[in-house]
Amino acid sequence: MVNKQGQTRLAKYFDDFLAVEERRVLEGEIVRKCLARSDKQCSFVEHRNYKVVYRRYASLFLLAGVDGDENELAVLEFIHCVVEILDKHFAHVCELDIMYNLDIVHYILDEMLMNGCVVDINHQNVLAPIKLLERVAKDS
Amino acid sequence: MSSRLRELIRSVRQCKTAAQERNVVAKESAALREAFKKQDTAYQHRNVAKLMYIHMLGYPTHFGQMECLKLIAAPSFPEKRVGYLGLMILLDERQEVLMLVTNSLKNDLSSKNQYNVGLALAAFGNICSAEMARDLAPDVEKLLKSSNSYIRKKAALTTTRIVKKVPELVEQFMHPAAELLNDRHHGALLTGVTLMLEMCHLEPDAIKEYRNHIPQLCRIMRSLVVSGFSPEHDVGGINDPFLQVKILRLLRVLGKGNAEASDQMSDILAQAATNTEPTKNAGNSILYECVQTIMSIESTGGLRVLAVNILGRFLGNKDNNLRYVALNTLAKVVTVDAQAVQRHRTTIVDCVRDADVSIRRRALELVYSLVNEGNIKNLTKELLEYLAVSDAEFKPDLTSKICTLIQRYGPDKCWHIDNMLQVMAQAGQYVKEDVCNALIVLITNATDLQGYTVRAMFRAMKANGDSSCTSLLTVSAWCLGEYGDLLLPGRGGALQQGEEALSVSDSEIVDLLEANLSDSLAEVEVREYVLTALMKLSAKLPGQVERIKGIVGQYTGNLVLEMQQRACEYKKLFNYDQIRPQLLEQMPALNEKEYAANLGLEVTASDAKQAAEDSNLPNGAPPQPAQVDLLSDLLGDQPATVQARGGLEALLFDPSPASTQAPAAGAATGAAPQTSSAAVDLLDLLSDSTPSPAQPERPAVMQDPFLALDASPGPSATAAPGGAAFPSIVAVEKHGFKVSFSFSKPSATSPATDIVATYSNSTPNPITNFSLQAAVPKYMHLKLESASGTSLPPNGNGTVTQVIHVSNSMRDQGKPLAMRLKISANVGGSQVDDQCQVNNFPPGLS
Repeated sequence: MVNKQGQTRLAKYFDDFLAVEERRVLEGEIVRKCLARSDKQCSFVEHRNYKVVYRRYASLFLLAGVDGDENELAVLEFIHCVVEILDKHFAHVCELDIMYNLDIVHYILDEMLMNGCVVDINHQNVLAPIKLLERVAKDS
Repeated sequence: MSSRLRELIRSVRQCKTAAQERNVVAKESAALREAFKKQDTAYQHRNVAKLMYIHMLGYPTHFGQMECLKLIAAPSFPEKRVGYLGLMILLDERQEVLMLVTNSLKNDLSSKNQYNVGLALAAFGNICSAEMARDLAPDVEKLLKSSNSYIRKKAALTTTRIVKKVPELVEQFMHPAAELLNDRHHGALLTGVTLMLEMCHLEPDAIKEYRNHIPQLCRIMRSLVVSGFSPEHDVGGINDPFLQVKILRLLRVLGKGNAEASDQMSDILAQAATNTEPTKNAGNSILYECVQTIMSIESTGGLRVLAVNILGRFLGNKDNNLRYVALNTLAKVVTVDAQAVQRHRTTIVDCVRDADVSIRRRALELVYSLVNEGNIKNLTKELLEYLAVSDAEFKPDLTSKICTLIQRYGPDKCWHIDNMLQVMAQAGQYVKEDVCNALIVLITNATDLQGYTVRAMFRAMKANGDSSCTSLLTVSAWCLGEYGDLLLPGRGGALQQGEEALSVSDSEIVDLLEANLSDSLAEVEVREYVLTALMKLSAKLPGQVERIKGIVGQYTGNLVLEMQQRACEYKKLFNYDQIRPQLLEQMPALNEKEYAANLGLEVTASDAKQAAEDSNLPNGAPPQPAQVDLLSDLLGDQPATVQARGGLEALLFDPSPASTQAPAAGAATGAAPQTSSAAVDLLDLLSDSTPSPAQPERPAVMQDPFLALDASPGPSATAAPGGAAFPSIVAVEKHGFKVSFSFSKPSATSPATDIVATYSNSTPNPITNFSLQAAVPKYMHLKLESASGTSLPPNGNGTVTQVIHVSNSMRDQGKPLAMRLKISANVGGSQVDDQCQVNNFPPGLS
């Protein structure tokens, strides 16, 4: 997740380990490419040997790097799903929510994605453990 | 006491410069280290959260990894949660940390709390290494059969990681994975199908096994397609599109190359393709996947038509995303069903001009594969139009693709030349040298088009304002040099249809070339071509000889060695006016087939050089490394810098030695020491295709035209055969054997010398396995015939002879013959190896 200024708000990697420096460079390159594009252009950008699928929500960009034969439209749909669930959890999610609740967003993503594959997209299934966690936090 | 995470974020956000941010992060990192050292447990999980934030900003955080481990081992869930999260995010490939975590994972996997297990599975699935996979595979297998769907779905994905890391475990998980298809929980189904897909990728046997499950998959798919609204898994009005997409993909893998399997699934594919709502993105993603599956399995014609129609609909859609995937799929389909794709050609060509770079790139790829003899004219026109407006990053690729297409499908030569000219005019700097060479070969063969070509080239060169347009400039310079006289009024033949008349005077041609020659921004290569072209024109435009002589004269002091050398050679040529016109005559048509065959050898200059070196070796004998060493030893003494020039340069020479042009070409392009040897070698290389490559009386190459001229005036100097006699010498006398040389030359002035080497044995023991190898410096050419025997009888009772042909290309520069010998023999039972330099060649022999 990247905001309009190109600052990374959240990043998750599944496949291979990248050194911190490489990641910065990679993120920078991809973000520059995507931000330069207009709304009317398609949501897919080819970068190195990956394909980046991105979607813009107000000031926030959600990007996903996938390999060549992934179904791009499905990935796009998944991004939307993530946002819907975040929206449900935070009630009108905004950039600040994601920033200050970095850990929670990570938890949610962990419930939806694992090792780069979709786990579940059912709102209740995804949010149940998070709700539980928050209840525990409140109690203590 | 450390601040809260929110405060850290806030202070980072307040930073105005990168330096400030670095400062804040460095301070915070120091505080965190301090806290970790103090074993401050109260704020442990907050600290790890901060680390995550710092990591996301792109700063090093390795010091926090141990802290995560501690949190994982903590009993309470929230702490564990942060610990695992930290582990997944902060971890790099430090194996020792991974080893330490294995135990905690094992504990959590057998925990009673489903969330603890889920957490451990997730972490395991995201980071596990091959070793961990082996250790924990049995635990995960157990969990795969758990009664809890939350655990099952996560276990399935963990397994995908395990089998990826340790493929031999696939067999163990094959059945448990298929069991998941009976699951009613969508999450478990989805992950199960994902797992099966992964296994099919890893293990072809799994595909066979899973073909039995096709009916089951179809059943699931059907219920998803036809069942009405289900609020639980509804995404954009579609019932769980992710599951549908995954199932379709699995079907694709299973149906590929298997007619029976494909047949089983064709009904459901048709159903999915017709019943899915195409208005929303979710539905389209299913259609897209469905089309891909239909196209890659052995499906019936009707199904394919359905799929191509869907693609056509996508292509016509306003949504760029759909257009993109349509192009992408068409590119895959084009190999299977080119006809279907051709129908959408106009739309595709429109996409080439789209504003979106992703779409443009896809469309271009597709257009290349659509071109055939029938549509080349139209499509090339489109591509050329696009070339003019495309971004710089596209041009190199686009240019080479267009050139390939023109070469492959060009309907006639005139069209071919026209279009190549356009490409070169628009993107001359990207056209490769071999393409130019091929074009020149084509032009030399198109006798009736040469007048037209040279006019077109003249116009193009004149209109061209870009000095970096190397290909255009070199090719047109070459054409002007060869056919410049056809530009003169009344010489160029009939005008082509639609061509404007061009009236050029001889001085205008020279003006143009001179302007390019003095263009300091142009590549040296271009200027070399222009210089040679001018020289060639000196024979065709008699009125301009004095002027050309003047221009050439200016370059005898040029800083570029190659230019200087050529200018000097050419200048000298002006002293021999009787032969100059013949020397500079028009090149004969180049053999297209032969050129294509030689192309492989001329790819790079260094290759050509290498090949030339090889051709220096004695014929018949396999190339021996020792000899190459000898060669380089000899060369070590010579200051010669050998410059082999492949490609177009080679075209300037005549590839067939039988032609009278050959000596002229050799002389015109490089008689001076440095390049001549390489050039000669290159010529040899080209002539190797003729049956007898190294006949001593061959007039090509070795003969020096200047020298011949001195001996007998007149252009066709035929030297008297016979030649002078030279005394024999003893080249080597060692270890009891003697090598003596006797010499003969076809003519006194010929660079060629035939040496008869006679070997004899003065010892009382027989000498066996006698072999002699010879090496000469680069400016000489050597050919060893096979010896009459390998054993020498004792006491001088018999001899063995061997003929050595040598030709010295730098004879007139006063270079003497030089030779190094390597002899190996078995003298009376002991092996003798010897090397020596022959330096007593008779005086006057060179």
